[in-house]
Amino acid sequence: MADLAASSAVSAEIVRERISGRRTDVGGRIFEAFLLFALLASLGILITLLVDVLTRGIGVFIDRGLDFVTSPLSSEASEAGIGQGLIGSLILMLLVAATAFPIGIGASVYLEEYARDTRFTRFITANIRNLAGVPSIVYGLLGLAVFVVALREITGPDTQGRSILSGGLTLAIVVLPIVIITTSEALRAVPSGIREAAYGVGATRWQTVRSHVIPYAAPGILTGTILSMARAFGETAPLIMVGGAVSFLATSDRGVIETLQGKYTTLPTSIYQWVQEPQRDFIELSAAGIIALLVTILLVNGLAIILRNRYARRW
Amino acid sequence: MRLLFLSAATLSVVITALIILAIIGEAWNFISQVDLPALWSGGWFPRRGMFDVPTILAGTFVIAGIGMIVAVPLGLGAAIYLAEYASPRTRGWLKPILEILASVPSIVLGYFALQWISPNVIQNVCVGGSSNFNMGAAGIAVGILVTPLIASIAEDAMYAVPRSLREASYGLGARKRTTSLRIVVPAAISGIVAALIIGFSRAIGETMIVAIAAGGTGGSVFSVNPCGQGQTMTAAMTALATGSDQVRGSDLAYPSLFFVGLLLFAFTLALNVISERFVRSVRLKY
Repeated sequence: MADLAASSAVSAEIVRERISGRRTDVGGRIFEAFLLFALLASLGILITLLVDVLTRGIGVFIDRGLDFVTSPLSSEASEAGIGQGLIGSLILMLLVAATAFPIGIGASVYLEEYARDTRFTRFITANIRNLAGVPSIVYGLLGLAVFVVALREITGPDTQGRSILSGGLTLAIVVLPIVIITTSEALRAVPSGIREAAYGVGATRWQTVRSHVIPYAAPGILTGTILSMARAFGETAPLIMVGGAVSFLATSDRGVIETLQGKYTTLPTSIYQWVQEPQRDFIELSAAGIIALLVTILLVNGLAIILRNRYARRW
Repeated sequence: MRLLFLSAATLSVVITALIILAIIGEAWNFISQVDLPALWSGGWFPRRGMFDVPTILAGTFVIAGIGMIVAVPLGLGAAIYLAEYASPRTRGWLKPILEILASVPSIVLGYFALQWISPNVIQNVCVGGSSNFNMGAAGIAVGILVTPLIASIAEDAMYAVPRSLREASYGLGARKRTTSLRIVVPAAISGIVAALIIGFSRAIGETMIVAIAAGGTGGSVFSVNPCGQGQTMTAAMTALATGSDQVRGSDLAYPSLFFVGLLLFAFTLALNVISERFVRSVRLKY
C-alpha cells in the first residue's frame, strides 16, 4: 500500500517534469522572432520615412514659416508655397462631402434597411464591392470622359472642363464605394431589437430609420466618412487624369460658379510637381509639402479614432 | 423616401455602366484605328505612335511582383503575429503601426521610393549600376503600400477562426507554431488567399509611386530589369495626361489612354471576381 503511494508520487513527479520541462522549442522561437521582425520592419520603414521627410522638409518651415503655407505656386523654389494647394484641396473636400456623403449614406440605408434579399440587391452589393477594388486612376478616366469631355458646358466652358468641379465630382466617385461599405457596416451593427421596438410602437420604416437606426449608427457613419475624406485628401492619380489640377488656382474675387468652373491646384498635385524637379530646392519643397499632407491626414484620422472610441457602443 | 434611397443605390450600377461604356467606346476607337504592328513595336512611345503592349505589361508585372515579394512575408508575418502571438496589450500597441502605414498616401511613398529607397537600397544592390529612376525602388515602395492591406485582411481572417480549434490542437500536444501554421492558417486560407489577391490587384493599379519613381515619363523600351527604368499601365496613363493641357502628339494618344485603362480595369476586375469566388468556395463552415 505504502509502496503504491510512493510510486504514484514518483510517477506524478516524472510526468510533471515532462510536461513543464524546460526543453525549448528552438524552431518555434525562430519562427516567432521572424513574425515579430515582419511587424517591426513595418515600424522601421515608417520611422525611416518620417525621419527622412522631416530632416529634408523641416528647413523650409524654419526658414520661411507661415510664408510657405500661404504662398501660391511659383517656378522659383524660394517663393513657392502650398497656399493655393490647401485652398484647392479644401474646396475639393467640400465638393466630395456635398455629393458622395448623401448619396453614399442614402445607398447604404436602402441596401441595409429597405431592400429585400433579391437578385438585384445582391447584384448591387457585389457591384459596390468590386467598385471599391477598381484602381483610382480608372475613375480618373471616367472623370475625363464624362465630366471633362461630355459635360464640358456645365463643368467649365472656359477651362475645357478641366475645372475644380470636374475634379471634385471625380473624387466623389472614387470615395463613394468606401462610404457605402463603411456606412453599411455601421448600420448592420445596430441590433435588430432597436428596429423591432420601434415597429412595435407603430413607427413607419422611415420613422424607425430616421430617429432610431441612424442616430445609433451615427458614430460609425461619421468615422467612416471622415476616413474616406482622409483618403480623398491624399488622392492624386485621378486628379492628374482629369487635368487642371496642375495649374494655378485663381482666387481673385470671383463668384462661386466661376470658382467651381475655374482652374485649380491641390496639395498632393503640388507635391507631385515638385518631386519631379531635379533641383535640391524643389526636393526640400516636396518634403515640406509632404509634412503638411501627413500632418493633415494624421489629424483627420486621429479625430476619427477619438470619435470612434468616445462613442463606441457595446450592445 | 424609399425611392430616393433606391436611386442612390442604383447610382453605383450607373457608375459601373458609365465606366465600362466610356472606356470601351474610346478603347474601340483606338483598336479600330491603330496599325496592329504598333501594338508589338518594342517600346511604349504613344506620341510617336508606338504602343507596345508587352512593354507596359512587363513593367506592371515586374513592379507588382517585386511588391508582392516584399509584402507577402511582411504582411502575413505581421498578421500571424498579431492574431496568434501578441497579447491583447501588445496588439493594442502594434496594430496602430499598420493603420498609420495604411493611411500614408501613395504620393508620399513615391517620394520615399525616389529619394530614399533608390539611392540607399537599389543603388547598393544593383552592382552594374542603376539609373536614379528604376523599377526596383518603385516595386519595394508598392510592397510597403500593400503590406498593411494584406496584413489587415489576413489578420481578420485568422482572428475569425474559433478558439476551440486552437484548443483542440493544444490538447493533442501541438506547439504554438504547429497550431498557427497547420491549424489556424489552413482554416483561414480563404481569407488569406483573398488578402493576397486583393493586394496584388492593388499593386497592379498603383499609380503615383510608379509615375514618380520608375521613370519612363516620356515612354520606355521593353525591359524587365529591376535596376532600370520601366513603364507600367498606370504610369503610361499619367504620363499621357500630364505635361500638357491636352493629350498631344499622335492622334491616337487620347484613345490609347482608354485602351490601357480597359486593360487595367479588366485585370483588376478579374482578380476581384476570382478572390470573391475563392472566398465563397473554400470558406469553411465552423
